[in-house]
Amino acid sequence: MAMLEQMEVTVEELKHLVSDQVAEGDTVLLNMGPQHPSTHGVLRLLLELDGEIVVNCIPDIGFLHTGIEKNMEAKTYEKAAVMTDRLDYLNTMGNNLAYSLAIEKLVGIDDVPERAQVIRVIYAELQRIASHLVWLGTQALDLAAMSVFLYCFQERERILDIMEMSSGQRMMTTFFRPGGLWRDVPVEFEEAVRDFLKTFPARVDEYEDLLTNNPIFIDRTQGIGVVDKESALSWGFTGATLRGSGVAYDIRKEYPYSGYETYDFEVPTREEGDVYARYAVRMAEFRQSMRIIEQALERLPYGPVRSNNRKFVPPPRSELGTSMEAVIHHFKLWTEGFDAPADSVYLPVESPRGELGCFLEGDGGPKPYRVFWRTPSFAHLQALPMMSKGHFVADLVAIIGSIDIVLGDTDR
Amino acid sequence: MDIAVLIEWIAKSAILIFILLTGFAYTTYYERRLLALIQNRVGPNRAGPFGLLQPVADGVKLIFKEELTPAGAYKAIFLLSPILTMVPALVIMAVVPWGESINLFGREIFLGLTDINVGVLYLLSIASISVYGIVLAGWSSNNKYAMLGGIRSSAQMISYELALGLAFVPSIMMAGSLSLLDIVRQQGDGFYLWSLLGIIEGGQTGGWFIFTIPGLFGAAIFYIAMLAEVNRAPFDMPEAEQELTAGYHTEYSGMKFALFFMGEYIKMIAVSAIFSTLFLGGFSGPGVYESTIPFMGITIGPWPILGPIYLGLKIVASLGLMIWIRATFPRLRYDRLMGFGWKVLLPLALANVFLTAIWVIIFQGFTG
Repeated sequence: MAMLEQMEVTVEELKHLVSDQVAEGDTVLLNMGPQHPSTHGVLRLLLELDGEIVVNCIPDIGFLHTGIEKNMEAKTYEKAAVMTDRLDYLNTMGNNLAYSLAIEKLVGIDDVPERAQVIRVIYAELQRIASHLVWLGTQALDLAAMSVFLYCFQERERILDIMEMSSGQRMMTTFFRPGGLWRDVPVEFEEAVRDFLKTFPARVDEYEDLLTNNPIFIDRTQGIGVVDKESALSWGFTGATLRGSGVAYDIRKEYPYSGYETYDFEVPTREEGDVYARYAVRMAEFRQSMRIIEQALERLPYGPVRSNNRKFVPPPRSELGTSMEAVIHHFKLWTEGFDAPADSVYLPVESPRGELGCFLEGDGGPKPYRVFWRTPSFAHLQALPMMSKGHFVADLVAIIGSIDIVLGDTDR
Repeated sequence: MDIAVLIEWIAKSAILIFILLTGFAYTTYYERRLLALIQNRVGPNRAGPFGLLQPVADGVKLIFKEELTPAGAYKAIFLLSPILTMVPALVIMAVVPWGESINLFGREIFLGLTDINVGVLYLLSIASISVYGIVLAGWSSNNKYAMLGGIRSSAQMISYELALGLAFVPSIMMAGSLSLLDIVRQQGDGFYLWSLLGIIEGGQTGGWFIFTIPGLFGAAIFYIAMLAEVNRAPFDMPEAEQELTAGYHTEYSGMKFALFFMGEYIKMIAVSAIFSTLFLGGFSGPGVYESTIPFMGITIGPWPILGPIYLGLKIVASLGLMIWIRATFPRLRYDRLMGFGWKVLLPLALANVFLTAIWVIIFQGFTG
């Protein structure tokens, strides 16, 4: 009896969220998460089910709230860079990039050397591949194709090795800094990337062999979670999720940064807007990313990797022993930091998930007045109730996989 | 009753149960190693040589786990349902013959527990019982995930039982008997080429039934239906991890969980044995009967003791295919699975019965 009373209270509390049928007992409330194998982290979904059909789906976020935006306001611009890694932990290089570009725009650093720009592009694209590998693995695992998951993580590990090679960390890299890179990549870097590019196309073919024409996979994904062009735009979709609905919007093309306008690549789109379309778009993006990396490797010049603007960018270590001025700059930058103008800047980059925007507002001092991250996972997750209505629980799992959410990206 | 017969039965039952329980333990090991091989991993290799003691370690762990009963669970049924799943899986093997009779201690001992003349019906009826265990487990756990798993399994097993039953029919018709021993004997001595020629020469079906056209269709339907029957991927709906966490056994822990686990794996072994018996010639193989090696003219056998070895190998091959399928395929959706069972598999199985009838008339004539 006690349990029944408890239950009624719950229903009462949720009345504004669920349909009236719950109180009558026609539908059932099911808590999915925050500990559940396929909510991709700590997402809690409150489901109202009619049999196995989803009547209502209420995402409940905040279990991974880290307060990063607020924390960044308490740190100098240079030091806050390490916090950006922890936002979307599958896209660390991309977060670093958005943050570095935003600061460069805010304080006006415009002499980032060509080598740094090209390495940024290479790493951003490698990161995109790594992130898509996690997406592909988990999407396949959600549909119980368990081997694909392990195949994907095997290749991802190779990319993480390349990251570790340069930054000393597999995931929390903080490799891109305002004004360039932390330091130059090691000599083995180029060969490692070339090695990866040599074998990876065959791997993508393998994944496609396992899934693309698999009748069960097609059956599970086509016509599931359909979002048409207009709703996709009005829900604020970006990235592959939007391109799966037929809108060729890619920030690398629309608002190029880091010299993306000079690379030759396509923006794959699909018209259907279902889970399969998003799958197909991301699979095509693997190949486009490889194309960009190939071109970048061709043109990778030698030279410095940091801007010479000593007011904002610390001098190289080698100068500290010989130049008094360098020591002063070093000391100033690492204790007080640099002052940014009382101005605001918003800079979007194309993360593997969509538009990742960094908004910074300076107050003239060394710390930002306000930091805001526009994250794609948040925008996609809010459309989950709309996408999952009327589908089966099994489809809901496929849809969560297809919008490729990262909870660190949602609760920042 | 002759006391020796009683001792023989008890000894044979004990040996069979021992083989099944060991077989269960090593099926889990086999599955994990084979999955690891397919997925470029190592798999369990720490406990003992090649990790061979891993099942023992797992068993010990499960025994010492705390048994939890959720609040609001129906205790009696909660306790009963693992047993209901486990027992049918064990007794189903009673009618599967492991070989012809051998001479031991001056007695004719039949390798196999019994050979009842309606063996196939016995299989079908026992196989349907274990669904009660799953449904009741889901219902008595007082957990919504478990409940959904239980509902799914009842729907799934009902849809597949019919196709499974109809897939038995080709073998029964070609052998002209419901006894599993007769079905094996009908499939010849395992020299496939020789047996195939036998079809044409002797005017009767020799050789494994899977090599005949209706037998091949029957085997395919049977294999799919049996995957659904034992809840294996891609039909592992009742315990779909990604959707229902662990389905009907979400709330089970310790030995109660182990019983479900055993039930599932022993049932896998059992259906593999039945599949081998119906379509792959069961325990027969070169040398089990007195036979001549084709083109060489050497006569070998009869060595009935080889029977269990051949059947074991066939079971291992069938289990391997199950594991391979699990590693490769995504899971079907619940409604599609039902649609597939009723709209595709059942009509195909029915059509196959007619095909078998035509085949039997062509190659065996009217024997009745």
